[in-house]
Amino acid sequence: MEHSNSSEITFHHEAGGDEFIKKVIKTTILLSVITIIELGLGLAMYAFPMAEAFKLFLKGVIVILSLAKAFYIVGIFMHLGDELKNLIMTICVPLVLFIWFIAAFLMDGNSWKNLRNSRGKSIVPVQQTAPAAQPASAEKH
Amino acid sequence: MATAQTQMQTKWWSGGKSPFNVEYGKLMMWYFLMSDAFTFGAFLISYGTIRFSQNYWPDPNQVFNAFPLAGHANLPLAFVSLMTFILIVSSVTMVLAVHAGHKNDKQGVIKWMIWTVVGGIAFLSCQAWEWAHLITGEHAVLINGEITNIGTTVTKNPWGPAADVASHEGHHVGTPGPVAFGGYFFGITGFHGFHVLSGVVINIVMLIMAINGTFERKGHYWMIEKAGLYWHFVDLVWVFVFLCFYLI
Repeated sequence: MEHSNSSEITFHHEAGGDEFIKKVIKTTILLSVITIIELGLGLAMYAFPMAEAFKLFLKGVIVILSLAKAFYIVGIFMHLGDELKNLIMTICVPLVLFIWFIAAFLMDGNSWKNLRNSRGKSIVPVQQTAPAAQPASAEKH
Repeated sequence: MATAQTQMQTKWWSGGKSPFNVEYGKLMMWYFLMSDAFTFGAFLISYGTIRFSQNYWPDPNQVFNAFPLAGHANLPLAFVSLMTFILIVSSVTMVLAVHAGHKNDKQGVIKWMIWTVVGGIAFLSCQAWEWAHLITGEHAVLINGEITNIGTTVTKNPWGPAADVASHEGHHVGTPGPVAFGGYFFGITGFHGFHVLSGVVINIVMLIMAINGTFERKGHYWMIEKAGLYWHFVDLVWVFVFLCFYLI
């Protein structure tokens, strides 16, 4: 294994020099700015009273911003964007499974909650009463 | 571009070379990371499923509001933001180490690998503080009619909805929240923290090999590149852990 250049590799990506450093700095600033926006939205949900639907919308925005961060980390920092298209595809196509994975399981959780609520047995009591009124058979969690 | 033309003219599948133009170890690192993404994905989706099945879930802004040496100041998300920036910065120093490796710049690799290791250790220290704070920080909670002080562990969760009784020595009293909260939080951040720990160990090994001139003798710094892929993945996973536990 002492060969310095593997015959596996047909061509090397140019090292890039200063141009690449500039790209790294730009990506770093972009990632930091996205993170700050995410934090701002997260704190806004805490600081200001708002409708549940709007909160859900803000959470959706935060998820999309996180996906953008993931895209930049994988594409620029991990250099996946510079690889051959076939290699990119063998990594990205299997990840499409996540679409089903997330949708199916979150819907399952939601349906579980609805069923439990409609049948009158909830894991978390909505309100716990004051000591005197508490029946002895209070559920242990 | 010359490389674009090379790509077009090469018969990639005719044998004798990598059809993906990458060395075996790097390709396998990519596939390992893809499978690891599914492991983390499964954990996070399991957490999401349980969270969706509950009527009440703690607000991260209330749970994660402490900062070292800040006493009882209410600083929601401040500490975890610091952790996020530490990890992003250590990812950047790793990019620079890999870049120095491409140029066969031994001193550059050593310098940036040291910073990457420092960043990793700083992140782990922050996580240790956060865990210790959550486990030992007790809160007054109404359990079976009695006010009890409990911390956040895998079996106890003081972050439930507010109780009817108004206050306890001037503090608001809550009820126990869903127990799954602690289990998922410590389980998933712990699994991520273990990845960070192994990444730090791998980076230290790479640093020692670089200092000893192992890569110089080989003529290339591809090992740094593979360790770098793993390290960036750890940062990538944190983006989603941060999203699922602290932001939404």
